Amino acid sequence: MLVHSRKGKWATWTVFFVLFLPLFALPLLVIVAASFAGHWSGALPSDFTAEHYSAATRGESLQALTTSLLTALGASLIALAAGTWAALAAAALKRRGDGTSRLSRGCGRLLDALFIMPVAVPSVVVGLAVLVAFSKPPVILNGTSTIVVLAHAILVTAFAYQSVSAAILRLDPAYEQAAASLGARPAYVLWRVKLPLLLPSLTAAAGLCFALSMGELSATMMLYPPDWTPLPVRIYAATDRGATFTGAALAVVLMAATLLVLFAVSRIRTRASYR
Amino acid sequence: MGEPSEPSEPSERLRDGGPVASAVPTRPALRDDCPQGEQRGRLPQQRREPGLRSRERQPGRQPGRQPGARRGAVPAFVWALPPVALLGLVFLYPLALVVQQSVRPDEGGTSLQPYADVFGSASFREALGTTVWLAVGATVGCLVLGFALALIIAFVPFPGGKAVARFIDVFLSFPSFLITLALLFIYGTKGMANGLWTDATGAGGDGPFQFLTTPWGVLLAEITYFTPFVMRPLLAAFSQIDTAQLEVASSLGARPLRVVRQVILPEALPALAAGGSLVLVMCLNEFGIVLFTGAKDVTTLPMLVYSKAMLESDYPAACVVAVVNIAISVGLYGLYRVVSRRAGA
Repeated sequence: MLVHSRKGKWATWTVFFVLFLPLFALPLLVIVAASFAGHWSGALPSDFTAEHYSAATRGESLQALTTSLLTALGASLIALAAGTWAALAAAALKRRGDGTSRLSRGCGRLLDALFIMPVAVPSVVVGLAVLVAFSKPPVILNGTSTIVVLAHAILVTAFAYQSVSAAILRLDPAYEQAAASLGARPAYVLWRVKLPLLLPSLTAAAGLCFALSMGELSATMMLYPPDWTPLPVRIYAATDRGATFTGAALAVVLMAATLLVLFAVSRIRTRASYR
Repeated sequence: MGEPSEPSEPSERLRDGGPVASAVPTRPALRDDCPQGEQRGRLPQQRREPGLRSRERQPGRQPGRQPGARRGAVPAFVWALPPVALLGLVFLYPLALVVQQSVRPDEGGTSLQPYADVFGSASFREALGTTVWLAVGATVGCLVLGFALALIIAFVPFPGGKAVARFIDVFLSFPSFLITLALLFIYGTKGMANGLWTDATGAGGDGPFQFLTTPWGVLLAEITYFTPFVMRPLLAAFSQIDTAQLEVASSLGARPLRVVRQVILPEALPALAAGGSLVLVMCLNEFGIVLFTGAKDVTTLPMLVYSKAMLESDYPAACVVAVVNIAISVGLYGLYRVVSRRAGA
């Protein structure tokens, strides 16, 4: 549309793929290739072996995968509950028209700002803050798995909040008004009308939170206890001591697990989206 | 409302076949709340009007019900208290403690001495400089590259365009350090590029690609990882442009570059601004990429926080660096929110 001549089109596409393939496709391919490599000192890997995968799926590495999955599950459930609650409360405060004062709309916007703030704060700093706060009485969580889950939950809640409140904004208020005008109590409207309508975006938010938590490294590096080592930390430990091929195999395991969960979640979403 | 009632043929095609938001799974809507979300958000308000009117009629129809009692006896702000209390306990209170600890040196008492010490140290100033130039450089790189790539996907469509757009979404759901890990295999001392070079030239020793442990390696990794974050809002903005405008411009004799400059760029500016400031903040906060590079001479602010706290156990200094980092990032993020809200309005 922008370029009309055949020659010009092919030239543009060539430029696109010359930029796109080495920058974005090559890195992922290289990680997969390296995870099978027994040796890589020339242009291409050699001595292909599945040994790294057998190392990556047993013992401590397998435990790291379970740790990551459990952490991500816990963090996304907490984030989803807190984020949805806060987004619904903020939407109620910001509701236009009848009787909402300027004060209450201001409170709604304040809620927005508060819940989105964790995105802007560096995650290393979130890790440091949690470490500083929960290493001393009254609550000592230092060295437990709870502190890792807690930090992940703080980091991903903002994303759950953002995507749920965007979905609430898109929600047609006619449904809840119809239900309320037929005599449904607010709790009933929430449970039987609003949440089902929000379900597609709730599952999308859950998938996002899960993926983010699976890959979270910065705060985790500040907090993880020796008996609760998530997969990214394990990948770092492997590459840091020079076992880059094992690191690559672990990275492939991490990517595959993330994609599998995202795929499963998108299946729920298609089944739930009956709008 | 802004759309013509009968969209011209090409724009219709773009909407159906182009890389539009429907193809996208999770991250984008999530990670950025750029114009796309804002613009979609505008529709419900238009739809909301009739709803409001009908609600105003309600009391007339049902004289027994009080209009104000719809949400029950509990006012709306009470429902906002539990999540705010939770957030305060696990996020705001710890942050306040970080600020408090930054003015409490190890010797006890309250003083600004830690600030003076940290600001006076060469490592801090170097880290601040490195962080800022890396973030600005990566942002500029992402904007240029992202604009060019999104332009081609949207306006010079090719058969696999949709798959490429989907690949970008998948790319966004992976952690950043994977890129550095991959670059180790490509440009590392024993990597592909150096292997190709030594094979081709027959020269012994190490190849010419040794930039990975320098700031340039970090810059390359950041541009690679964050460019998709610019492309997403741009693709959304491009799908809103009526392609008839482009056809008209080029039928009047404008060359492609002029069409880009005078028709597409003005439409894309809000998305560019929003995407760019998001990437800037994320680059300032990036930790995984720098950690995986393993370079001793590349220290950014988050890296400095980590090494002060974990390796040197110097918590007051770590807290000072953290406060500086928070101030820069939160300030910029506030700017980003303002910009993206303007962009949507």
